[in-house]
Amino acid sequence: MVGILEDKDRIFTNLYGLHDWRLEGAKARGVWNATADMIAQGPDWLCDQVKASGLRGRGGAGFATGLKWTFMPKQESERPHYLVVNADESEPGTCKDREILRYDPHRLIEGCLVACRAMRAHDCFIYIRGEYVREREHLEYAIAEANVAGLIGMNNIHGWDCDIRVTHGGGAYICGDEMALLESLEGKKGQPRLKPPFPAGSGVYGCPTTVNNVESIAVVPEILRRGADWFAGFGRPKNTGTKLMSASGHVNRPCVVEEAMSIPLRQLIDDHFGGVRGGWGNLKAVIPGGSSVRMIPAEEAEVALMDFDDLAARKSGLGTAAMIVMDKSCDIVAAIARLSYFYKHESCGQCTPCREGTGWMWRIMERMVTGEAEPKEIDMLLDVASQVEGHTICGLGDAAAWPIQGLFRHFRPEIEARIANYRTRRANVPGATLIAAE
Amino acid sequence: MPTAKVNGTEVEFENGMTVLQVAELAGEEIPRFCYHERLSIAGNCRMCLVEVKPGPPKPQASCALPAADGQEIITNSPMVEKARKGVMEFLLINHPLDCPICDQGGECDLQDQSIGYGRDDSRYAENKRAVEEKHMGPLIKTIMTRCIQCTRCVRFITEVAGIPEIGLISRGEDVEITTYLDSAVTSELSGNVIDLCPVGALTSRPYAFNARPWELSKTESIDVMDALGSAIRIDARGPAVLRVLPRLNEEVNEEWISDKTRYACDGLARQRLDRPMVRADGKLRAVTWPEAFNVVASRLKAAAPERIGAIAGDLQDAESMKAALDLFVSLGVGNLDCRQDGTALGDGPRESWLFNSTITGIEQADVVLLIGTNPRLEASVLNARLRKLWLSGSTRFGLVGESADLTYRYEHLGTAMSAMTSLAGGDSDFAKALKGASRPAIILGQRALNRADGAAVLKAAAELAGAIGVVREGWNGWNVLHTAAARVGGLDMGFLPREGCKGAASMLSPGALDVLFLLGADELDLSGTDAFVIYLGTHGDAGAHRADVILPGAAYTEKDGLYVNTEGRVQRGERAVFPKGEAREDWAVLRALSGYLDQPLPYDTLDQLRDRLIAEHPTFGEIDYAPGSTPRLFDLASVGAAGELSDAPFVSAVKAFHLTNPIARASVTMAQCAGLSAGVKLAAE
Repeated sequence: MVGILEDKDRIFTNLYGLHDWRLEGAKARGVWNATADMIAQGPDWLCDQVKASGLRGRGGAGFATGLKWTFMPKQESERPHYLVVNADESEPGTCKDREILRYDPHRLIEGCLVACRAMRAHDCFIYIRGEYVREREHLEYAIAEANVAGLIGMNNIHGWDCDIRVTHGGGAYICGDEMALLESLEGKKGQPRLKPPFPAGSGVYGCPTTVNNVESIAVVPEILRRGADWFAGFGRPKNTGTKLMSASGHVNRPCVVEEAMSIPLRQLIDDHFGGVRGGWGNLKAVIPGGSSVRMIPAEEAEVALMDFDDLAARKSGLGTAAMIVMDKSCDIVAAIARLSYFYKHESCGQCTPCREGTGWMWRIMERMVTGEAEPKEIDMLLDVASQVEGHTICGLGDAAAWPIQGLFRHFRPEIEARIANYRTRRANVPGATLIAAE
Repeated sequence: MPTAKVNGTEVEFENGMTVLQVAELAGEEIPRFCYHERLSIAGNCRMCLVEVKPGPPKPQASCALPAADGQEIITNSPMVEKARKGVMEFLLINHPLDCPICDQGGECDLQDQSIGYGRDDSRYAENKRAVEEKHMGPLIKTIMTRCIQCTRCVRFITEVAGIPEIGLISRGEDVEITTYLDSAVTSELSGNVIDLCPVGALTSRPYAFNARPWELSKTESIDVMDALGSAIRIDARGPAVLRVLPRLNEEVNEEWISDKTRYACDGLARQRLDRPMVRADGKLRAVTWPEAFNVVASRLKAAAPERIGAIAGDLQDAESMKAALDLFVSLGVGNLDCRQDGTALGDGPRESWLFNSTITGIEQADVVLLIGTNPRLEASVLNARLRKLWLSGSTRFGLVGESADLTYRYEHLGTAMSAMTSLAGGDSDFAKALKGASRPAIILGQRALNRADGAAVLKAAAELAGAIGVVREGWNGWNVLHTAAARVGGLDMGFLPREGCKGAASMLSPGALDVLFLLGADELDLSGTDAFVIYLGTHGDAGAHRADVILPGAAYTEKDGLYVNTEGRVQRGERAVFPKGEAREDWAVLRALSGYLDQPLPYDTLDQLRDRLIAEHPTFGEIDYAPGSTPRLFDLASVGAAGELSDAPFVSAVKAFHLTNPIARASVTMAQCAGLSAGVKLAAE
């Protein structure tokens, strides 16, 4: 069998757009089935079920979704509750939410309705990445369909008023941070707010708000339909369920696939992505979760499991489970330097360590690529990274520091060799050490 | 009360305090750049990081973190030390090394804190960032490369000043502070961003490259540019006043001052009268003091008392007015007035011309009715407080008078008297709100009172105030907003026409007087008078222009003096520098003149003069006390006088904010500002 997950257990049955994504097609695949019964169970039951399923946030941080929902006030007051769906998927290498938005939008919409009920919200904003134009068109079309069919909106057939609106971003990565997203949603400049107060107390327009990833919301109705135990049956304890995983880079068949959590990383690559280009032995390193986690080298990738806790133990992280695979032809220093440029470019400039640190780190990294640096600058770079990490308002500072830390953790000798090579004016080409060995 | 442990010491604190405040309670100094008590919390400089238990294992920004009971706050651990040193290094990598030519040098937060947290060497080998200068008008000089993006200026202009013209654009390391479309900031409080700026990015343009802070002698004094009596510090080097800075006075100006207060000081060095002069053959000729006094004495002796008049100006200290009052009363003169603009105040109880709710007390008002006033121009700092009141959301504002951008929303009820009368009997929404208010306040401006029907307007306003219960047990919301620093002092000591004698306007009519004595009075139209004019004052302005004898006096920075602000608060101004040239303090000139008139005034020192002033008018002894702080009832019915009311609109009391007094009119900086706000383009620099 390919992978672990059987076809009957897949939630996203139109991941590749082979079927009709519109309302009729979605209904044929089981979406909007028994939604009224779920709504009728009430908020406590909904939260309990999601908690029991062990669903952890699919946006990267992996916070328990059911627990997050219970932070919302238990009583409605004059301040309305809001659900905000974070569809600002801008992480390098990650395009899992995109497949949901364009091929299975009704799953998301159904999830929004259920989540709104669970949090006593009547308004839901979906903040979609500005570059996702076709995806937005599909989503808006699907919302219009659902409104016309009376599935959502005022006085719908499910008995819980739920108004869903789509807002699109202006193309800033930082707006994927939930606090910056709320600022942007309110029409302000996308700079993260300070926590506390947390969104559940004071979020969009100062009202109780929960921000969830697209995938976290979209899987909820199916969990409720099939039962929390079913979902909890996949993966290791605390890392349960199925998850969209993808690969980019040096694999033979890059794609997005739904798999059970805790699948061995190697099995995932070999079964679904056609293996590493040139065979497993050609693998150099994997960044398992988007770009914002530390990389793991081939020997650790061999035994790693695709779940939150195993990768965290390896000082990496599951992130969005969109892995970047790099084989031995890859100039891994240049790759990380490019990521550093990305974070420097996307820093909002609000707080000092990130504003000043990302640019500094990128500039040093660029010199590391050619080896045009002092050996002692490696430690300085790591020190600068540690001065950024954990000192910023949002997570972008951490995300900028981690790829660099991962690189030096595993490949420091390579960079030291480059510096030495530069000083002795020897050719410095990717894979030079391999050529020399042959 | 909840308690927290700061570095092992237990501290009690009040709910709602932040970790930073609690740490300061315990005596720990927390470095900061972006945090400011009077602005919203940004939390972006990351300098105030501390370790907090229980909490995540990373340092927290203490300025934004609410303190909790049982919390353990650690400000001196290695983790905190490393975090702060890291932040300091980041702030410095792109900060230019131009401290030797930076005007902030010596009073720079970044400089000071780098002593504690900076490295002794630089690890940054890349090129430093440079940022283009921004144009912020004639007051604020920018060297934006020095900016550390703390956004204090943005928050001040947006929140306190209410003119959102400064912002942070771009992102990442390209962020820049700039004004909207690179134009000058139009707020009357814009100069305060210079004090707020923790580095040398925003500095004072007129003061640029003038002095170092340690060269200056610093004198704590009181401002006279408006009637608020803001607390200021006068920085002088030798005989020159180089700059004026705000001092903290929670009850008046918090820590802001208006641009006029701050920047008019260059007017103290220009157009000054520095020696006595006598007009001969149509031209003014410099003379000695005795010559001048002899001319004045012979004229005064020759004239009959009812043909002599004296008018006191807007910037006078109480002592000089008292000396003038004593002198002319001893000569039997009754034509006295301290109200150049002819405002209809002075009869009735003292409360009728005071800002009774007090400046801090106005924050308790729930409905505020502004009549004939534009506080933004007449008392900019008070306007910031009214905006704060509006921001708190529970207060409604109404305005009868010229509509203007006051930086807060108000209901414009009309421009003239009719709007006020319709309020009294009306059942409009605002009239109902006024009647239902538990702490209603009326702010009555000079533009309603300084007209021919001023007394009748005053009466009508008092009747309205009586009808809605502006004065009630425990609350006195009857507020007169003055524009002249000397006015309340003059009214308090009765510098007013005696029974049957002439007021300012009638003194100036042709043939009314033989001798007119102007005590720093420059806001008058002197074209009509044919009297012999004696001018005691500081600047070659309207009064000196018409004068037959000029007696040079001392400006507010050059004399000790008492000033009574619009609340009735008596405050002491201090001398920072000596009067120019042969000029002398005003009271001393009057005392000397009294000798030539054989009516010597019974005091030889300023202290004796003050003693007499306080003995005759005990309110002057209550230094720094606002009488309204214990609300007193008074009879509103006795205020004003019945008369015919005109329905002409209440026109502006302050036409050009920057040019309201002789000092400001002599100031080049103020002239530039006035030109800008009048739409005149400055010549390219």
